[in-house]
Amino acid sequence: MAGLTGRMSTVIKAKVSKLLDRAEDPSETLDYSYQKQVEQLQNVKKGIADVVTAKKRLQMQESSLQQSVVKLDTQARQAMAGGNEDLARAALERKNVAQTELQGLDTQVTELEQQQEKLTDSEKKLRAKIEAFRTKKEVIKAQYSAAEAQVRISEAATGVGEQMADVGLAMQRAVDKTENMRARADAVSELEAAGTFDDVTQLGSGEDDIDRQLKQLSSQPAVDEDLAKLKAELGSGGAQPTPQIASGGGDQAAGQGES
Amino acid sequence: MIIRISGEDQYRLDDSERERFEQLEKGVRAILESGAEDGFHDAYAELLQFVRDKGERVAEDDIESSDEILPPADVTFAEATSDFTGEGLIPE
Repeated sequence: MAGLTGRMSTVIKAKVSKLLDRAEDPSETLDYSYQKQVEQLQNVKKGIADVVTAKKRLQMQESSLQQSVVKLDTQARQAMAGGNEDLARAALERKNVAQTELQGLDTQVTELEQQQEKLTDSEKKLRAKIEAFRTKKEVIKAQYSAAEAQVRISEAATGVGEQMADVGLAMQRAVDKTENMRARADAVSELEAAGTFDDVTQLGSGEDDIDRQLKQLSSQPAVDEDLAKLKAELGSGGAQPTPQIASGGGDQAAGQGES
Repeated sequence: MIIRISGEDQYRLDDSERERFEQLEKGVRAILESGAEDGFHDAYAELLQFVRDKGERVAEDDIESSDEILPPADVTFAEATSDFTGEGLIPE
């Protein structure tokens, strides 16, 4: 059977024999490969810690976006109650963007959670194999002639090497996924840093660049729908002539106090 | 023969199951070679399930190397194409 299998085991065997060639004496070889295995296990643990860190970062971003959603919703209501439909729309547009990002983050956190579980499981299996190797190496040292020991060491080391390679592969997949997520998360951070989800009441009257970009980002029908809902909820807010929020700094406290 | 499902476990598959296994694998390969993703995920899931059902799981502290290593269950079509036909799971 061609393909995958042959190639993977060839690579592992080559790596293992390179490793084994470094020592002359079989018992030295055994101790050396065991030591290498333990080192690799540490790397796996470090990899898992990285996934956990990435997950925590996304979770922090999630909670800050959640706060923004609540804040923007409140501001949209206030704006509508004050009869300022444009401001209400701006707040809803931003809320819409924040919500979309939130959903994306949620999916990513779930994915990372699964990756973490898988890696932890793989790490456990690798640990069991390394432990078995440790026992086996003492048996090999005690019972076999040098030539025979060489063969058995190679077999055992290849077996552990395969498990190691498999964990390495799982790790690589996790890292690749995390990288993709980081790019997305960074984009959200940039939006946040640009003040996208901050107080809409601080917006000037004219459309700024962010606004134009947001219009492209947010799905307009969803915003229209939200706006219609708000209108219905508050009765026809347009009856009140004073656009309180837009005019002064007084009502900003509601929004700013939370951040 | 011993088969590893990457990211999961190693399974010991009795020689009597070998023919069916190879048949299923051939099916997956044929789909990959056709270049059309249709049916790939079902066929691959069937292959993996066959190994899990018919194989006996190798104990965690049993050190064995595999005769066959299958890509992880969540492999994408593109990944599988290169895994089965290209550089293999672990690039050199």
